[in-house]
Amino acid sequence: MNLVLVAEQTLNGLQLGVMLFLMAAGLTLVFGIMNLVNLAHGSLYMVGAYLATYIFQATGSWALSILGGLGGTFIVGILTEVIALRTLYERDHLDQVLATFGLILFFNELVAILWGRTAIYSTIPQYLSGHVELGAGLRYPLYRMVIIGVGLAVAALLWYVVTRTRLGMLIRAGASNRTMVAALGVNIRLLYTIVFGFGAALAGLAGLLSGPVYAVQPGMGELILIQVFVVIVIGGIGSIRGALAGALIVGMVDTLGRAFLKPMLATIISPAAADTLGPSLASMLIYLLMAIVLAFRPAGLFPARG
Amino acid sequence: MPAPRTLVLFALLAVLAAVPPLAAAFNEPFYLDLFRRIMIFSIAALSLNLILGYGGMVSFGHAAYLGIGAYSVGILAFYDITSGWLQWPLAIGASAILAAAIGAVSIRTSGIYFIMITLAFTQMLYYFGISLEEFGGDDGMRLKAKSDFSGLIDLNDPTAFYYLVLALLVVLLWLVHRIVNSRFGRVIRAAHSNEARTRAIGLSPYPYRLAAFVIAGAICGLAGALLVNHTAYLTPDFMNWTRSGELMFMVILGGIATTSGPLLGAAALLLLEDWLQGSDLLPKDWVRDHWQLYLGLVLILVVVFAKRGLAGLFAGRHE
Repeated sequence: MNLVLVAEQTLNGLQLGVMLFLMAAGLTLVFGIMNLVNLAHGSLYMVGAYLATYIFQATGSWALSILGGLGGTFIVGILTEVIALRTLYERDHLDQVLATFGLILFFNELVAILWGRTAIYSTIPQYLSGHVELGAGLRYPLYRMVIIGVGLAVAALLWYVVTRTRLGMLIRAGASNRTMVAALGVNIRLLYTIVFGFGAALAGLAGLLSGPVYAVQPGMGELILIQVFVVIVIGGIGSIRGALAGALIVGMVDTLGRAFLKPMLATIISPAAADTLGPSLASMLIYLLMAIVLAFRPAGLFPARG
Repeated sequence: MPAPRTLVLFALLAVLAAVPPLAAAFNEPFYLDLFRRIMIFSIAALSLNLILGYGGMVSFGHAAYLGIGAYSVGILAFYDITSGWLQWPLAIGASAILAAAIGAVSIRTSGIYFIMITLAFTQMLYYFGISLEEFGGDDGMRLKAKSDFSGLIDLNDPTAFYYLVLALLVVLLWLVHRIVNSRFGRVIRAAHSNEARTRAIGLSPYPYRLAAFVIAGAICGLAGALLVNHTAYLTPDFMNWTRSGELMFMVILGGIATTSGPLLGAAALLLLEDWLQGSDLLPKDWVRDHWQLYLGLVLILVVVFAKRGLAGLFAGRHE
C-alpha cells in the first residue's frame, strides 16, 4: 500500500466526515432542543442540492447558487416547521417519525415532478475545478479541499455561536428547560423556528456542496440520512461535539474501509473470497461500528449533558 | 353479544373469504392478487403490531425480516431446493435468529436510539442484499419455482394460494391475540405502560421484550416467504427502509394495539395506493406517476388528526 493513496483516502474520509457533520449538527440540534425526530432532514439536503444546481444552470453564477441554495432551504425549513412540524413537538417519537416519513415521500415526489426522476447534472465553476499540489506526488481536487475547509469553518462558527453568543445561550437554555425560558420572556416558538431554519440551511449547505460530488436525484437525502443517524447514535444524541466526533469517525471508517478492506482481506483469505466479501463487509462496517459502540456506551461517545 | 370491533374483524374475514368466488364471477383476477397482497402485508403488520403496538418498541426496521424470509426461499429455490417444508421453516428460523441478534443490541436502548438503530441495521442488510451479485444484486432475481408442498397444496393455483394465506392470517391473528392476553403478553404491555413499576414487582423487561421481538421477526419472516411466492420475484427493495415505514404506517393507520388494526391498515393503505395509481381524477403527470406525493400528505394528516386509527372508529366510546 503506498502512502500517497492512504493520504488521498484519508482526505476523502475527512471530506465525507465534514459533510456528515453539516447534516448531523442540524439534526442533533433539532432533536436536542425541540425533542423532534426529523426524518425529513435528508429532504432539506436534497432541496439544497436541487436549488443550487438549478440556479447555477440558470444564471451561471456560483455565488448566486450558493446564496439561493442556503436561503431557499432556510425558507423551506421554516415553512415546514410552521405548517407541519410545530404541532408534533408534544407528540411521541412514533408520530414524529411517521409524519416526517410522510414529508419525505412528499418532497421526493415534488422534486420528481419538478425536475424528473433521473439524476440531474451538477457542475462546479471553472476556478474550483483544478487540483492542488500537496507535495510528495499527492494531487487533490481543489473542490474537495474547499468542502473540507467550509465544513471545518462551519464547525468552528457553530461552536462560537452556541457557546459564546446570546442566541447560543438561549438555545442551550431552551434545551434544558423550555418552560423556564418562556417564563423569562423569551419567545420560545420563534426560537424553535429559527433553530429549525438554521438546521435546514446547514443541511442545504451539505446538499449544495455535495451536488457535484455525488448524484443529484430524488431520494438522495435518504442515502446520507441513514449514515447521519449512525453518526448521531455513535456521537450521542443532542451533542454537537458528539456529532463532530461521530461524523469524522464514520467518514474515515467508511471511506478507508471501502478503499482498503478488500486488499487487506486478500492477505488473510484467498483473493477470490476477498473480492466477494470485501465490498459487502465494507458497506456494513459503519453499522457494525455502531453496534460495538452501543454495546459499551449505550448513550453514545459524548452524551449531551442534562 | 361480541364487541363491535370483533364483529368488524369477522365481517372483514368474511369479505376476504368471499373475494375468490366474486373475482371469478366478475372475471377480475386482479382483485384476487390485490387482496392476497393485502393479507400478506397484514401478516407482516400484525407481527409489527405485537412489538410496536403492545410492546411500545418502535422498530423502524421490520422490513428486514420480510427480506430475510424472501431471500431464504429465493436462495434455496436458486439451488433447486423447492420443498416448502424445508424453505418456510428455514425462512422463519433465519428471521428469528436475525431478530435475536438485532434485538439483543437494540433492546438495550430505548426511544429515539431504538428507532435509529433498528433502521440502521435494516439498511445494513439492504446494502448486503444489493452486494449479493450472485442473487441479482440491485436488480433482484426471479423466483425459480414456487414453494412445493408435495401435492398437498399447489401455490401455482391462485385460489388455493389465496386460501392458504387467509388460513395463515386467521391462525396468526388468533395466535397474536392469545400471546397478548397471556401472562407473557401482560408483562410486555406492563413494561410498555410503566417500566419502573414492572421492575418494582420483580420482572426484568429485557428477556420478555427480546422474546416478543424474536416472535415478531419470525412471523414477519413467514410473511416474507409468502410475499416472494406471491410476486415470484425477489429484490433488496423488500428490505428498503420505505417498506419499514409503510408497515409502521399500516399499524398506526389501522389502530395501534388492536387485533383488527393491522388488517384494516394494510387494506386501507394498499387500496389507497392502488386507487391513486389508477386514478383519473387529475392529469396523469400529477397523480398516477407521483401517487407517493399524495400518500405522503395522507400520512401527515392521519398522524396529526386521526390518533386512534381506523379501528378506533369502531371502538365506540373511549376505552
